[in-house]
Amino acid sequence: MAATPLAEIRNYTMNFGPQHPAAHGVLRLVLEMDGEVIQKADPHIGLLHRGTEKLAESKPFNQSIGYMDRLDYVSMMCNEHAYVLAIERLLGIQPPERAQYIRVMFDEITRILNHLMWLGAHGLDIGAMTVFLLCFKQREELMDVYEAVSGTRMHATYYRPGGVYRDLPAAMPRYQASRWRSQKEAARLNEARAGTMLDFIQAFTEGLPSAIDDYETLLTDNRIWKQRTVNIGVVSPERALQLGFSGPMLRGSGVAWDLRKKQPYEVYERMDFDVPVGVNGDCYDRYLVRVEEMRQANRIVRQCVEWLRAHPGAVMIDDRKVRPPAREQMKDDMESLIHHFKFFTEGYEVPEGETYAAVEAPKGEFGIYLVSDGANKPYRLKCRAPGFAHLAALEEMCRGHMLADVVAVIGSQDIVFGEIDR
Amino acid sequence: MSELDEALALKVDAHLAGSVRRRPSLAHELAYETDAGALLAVCRTLRDAPELRFEMLMDLAGVDYLDYGRDEWQTASATRSGFSRGRVARSEPPDPNGAGRFAVVYNLLSISHNQRLRLTVRCPDSAEPVVDSVVDLWASANWFEREAFDLFGILFRGHPDLRRILTDYGFIGHPFRKDFPLIGNVEVQYDPDKQRVVYRPVSITPRVLVPKVIRHDHRYEPALKDPQVPR
Repeated sequence: MAATPLAEIRNYTMNFGPQHPAAHGVLRLVLEMDGEVIQKADPHIGLLHRGTEKLAESKPFNQSIGYMDRLDYVSMMCNEHAYVLAIERLLGIQPPERAQYIRVMFDEITRILNHLMWLGAHGLDIGAMTVFLLCFKQREELMDVYEAVSGTRMHATYYRPGGVYRDLPAAMPRYQASRWRSQKEAARLNEARAGTMLDFIQAFTEGLPSAIDDYETLLTDNRIWKQRTVNIGVVSPERALQLGFSGPMLRGSGVAWDLRKKQPYEVYERMDFDVPVGVNGDCYDRYLVRVEEMRQANRIVRQCVEWLRAHPGAVMIDDRKVRPPAREQMKDDMESLIHHFKFFTEGYEVPEGETYAAVEAPKGEFGIYLVSDGANKPYRLKCRAPGFAHLAALEEMCRGHMLADVVAVIGSQDIVFGEIDR
Repeated sequence: MSELDEALALKVDAHLAGSVRRRPSLAHELAYETDAGALLAVCRTLRDAPELRFEMLMDLAGVDYLDYGRDEWQTASATRSGFSRGRVARSEPPDPNGAGRFAVVYNLLSISHNQRLRLTVRCPDSAEPVVDSVVDLWASANWFEREAFDLFGILFRGHPDLRRILTDYGFIGHPFRKDFPLIGNVEVQYDPDKQRVVYRPVSITPRVLVPKVIRHDHRYEPALKDPQVPR
C-alpha cells in the first residue's frame, strides 16, 4: 500500500460578525473556508435573545403587545397583528369592519416600510449606496404616518384585541421652521400634510410607483447587481418547503403561496392584488418578488384608503371586557373607574385553550402559538419567526459559494435579529 | 368546526385511527395528540399520505405544563376578611417530575391542500424528557428542536447537532422552564481587575407586578341572583 502523502491543510475557519455591517444586526457566522469558497457555515445566534416569550408569560395579555413590535423591528405592526389575532381567536371576538380595514392598510404600509428598508440595506451590502438614501426618503413619510396614528415612529402598540387603539387622526402633524429648517422648506414639507391622514397616505401611494421605478432603474438591469445576485443562493421549491420557507423566500422559489390569498384574515379577501412568484429561486428572483410586492401593497393601501374615507365608524369592539372605558366616563363614574383600574392592572382572563394565528408578515409567515390556561397572562407564547427558518437554511444556501456571496444571501433572506433571537 | 376541517378530520381518522387522539380546539383548527412512541410513524403518514400531505413543519414549540391552571391569587372564595389582598404563596409546589410535564407541539401546514394541523406529543419522562427527532422528515425541525432543547431541556433522539442555540455559551439551565426564575440566576458585569466580563449571582430580587389570576365568571349563575342564597 502506497504511503499516503501528508494531507495539505487548506481549510481555515473564519469568524464573520457579530459586529459586521452586512450581518444585519448581531449574526455571528463561523465559516469554514477553502480559499474563498465556503465549505461550512455555522450561524451562532442568540446575541439579541431577550426572552420575549418568557416575559410575556409574566404579564397580562395587553402589556405584551409592545414586545411584539420589538421582535421584527422593521415590520412592527404585522407582529402585533399576529399576537392580537391569537388573543381574539381565543376570546372569540371580531374587530369592527373599520378596524379590520385599518389593520390591513397598516399591514401593507408596514410591508412597504419593511421592503424599503430591505432594499436599501441589501443594496448597501452589495455596494449600491444610492438606493439606500432614496429608500429612506420614502420610509420617512411612512414613519410619519406611524407617528401620527400611534405617537411613535416605530414601536406603535397600535393594534389591540378587539380593534385598534384609536381612529385615524383628522390631521397630520406639521413641520415647523427652525434653525435647521427654513420657512420655505417647512412650507414645502407641509404641503402634503395640509389634509387628513388619509389624504397624506393617498398622496404617498401616488408617488410610490414612480419612486419604485427609480430604484428599479438603478438595480434591475444593472450589470453589477445581476452579477452579484443571479444564480446566487438558489433554492428549489421542494427544498424551500422542506426548510420551512415562507413569504418572499418561498415565492422566490416559485411556490405561489400567500396567506393573504390562501387563508385570508381580516378583509384581505376583498382586496384586489396579485402575488408575484419567482422562477429560479435565486437572490435576483427574491429581489424582483419583493419589489413587485411593494407595488401590490401600494394597491392594497389605496383600496383601503378609499374604503376608509367612505365608511366612518367604530374602530374598537364594544365589549367591556377588552375595551377600557373612555377617559371622560372614567372621571365621573365610579364603576368605570374601578373598571379602568382592573383593566389596566389585572387585565382580562382569556378562556382556556390554544391557538396558532399566522399572518403574512413582510418576511414570511409570522405565527403566534398561544396557550392559555384561563388566566390573565398567556401560559405559553411561541413566536414563529419567518427569519428563524430562513437563517437555519443559510448553510445550505451558501455552501460552494464565495465569501462575498454570503452577504448577498443574508441580504436576500431579509434577516432581522429581533425576531430570530426573540 | 367548518366542513373543510371535518373532512380533514375524517381523513386523519382513516389513516391514523388508534394512534392519534383528537384534542379540544377552536373552530377552524384541528389538534391531535399522539404518544411519543408513535410519533415518527404518525408524522410520516401526515407528510406522505396523499390525502394529508403536510409537507411543511411551520413551527415546533416546547411547552412546560408545570404551572398549568395554578393561579397566584385567591379570587374564587371570599372569607370574612374579604378577598386576599395580594399574591399568595402556593400551598404546595408542583412536582417537577410529575408525569407529562413537557410537551412538544408541531404546527403543520399542507400547501397542496391548504390546511393546517397541530400535533402534540407529551414526553413520557419528565425528569429526562426525550422524544424522537423529526429532522429526517422536515429539515426545518433542525433549529426548532435545538431551540426547544435549549429553552426547555427536551432531548430529541436522532438529532444530528443538538447544541444550544439562543442562550449564551456555557449557559446553565433551561430558561423557559416554569421553575426557572424570570430574572435568571446570573448577571454579567465588567471586572476591571480581570479586564473582562464576568458572571455573578443576580443582585435584583424577583417581584411579581401582577399576580396570575384565574377567574371563573360566576356573575350570571342563578344562585347569585337569588336573594335567598346567603353570601
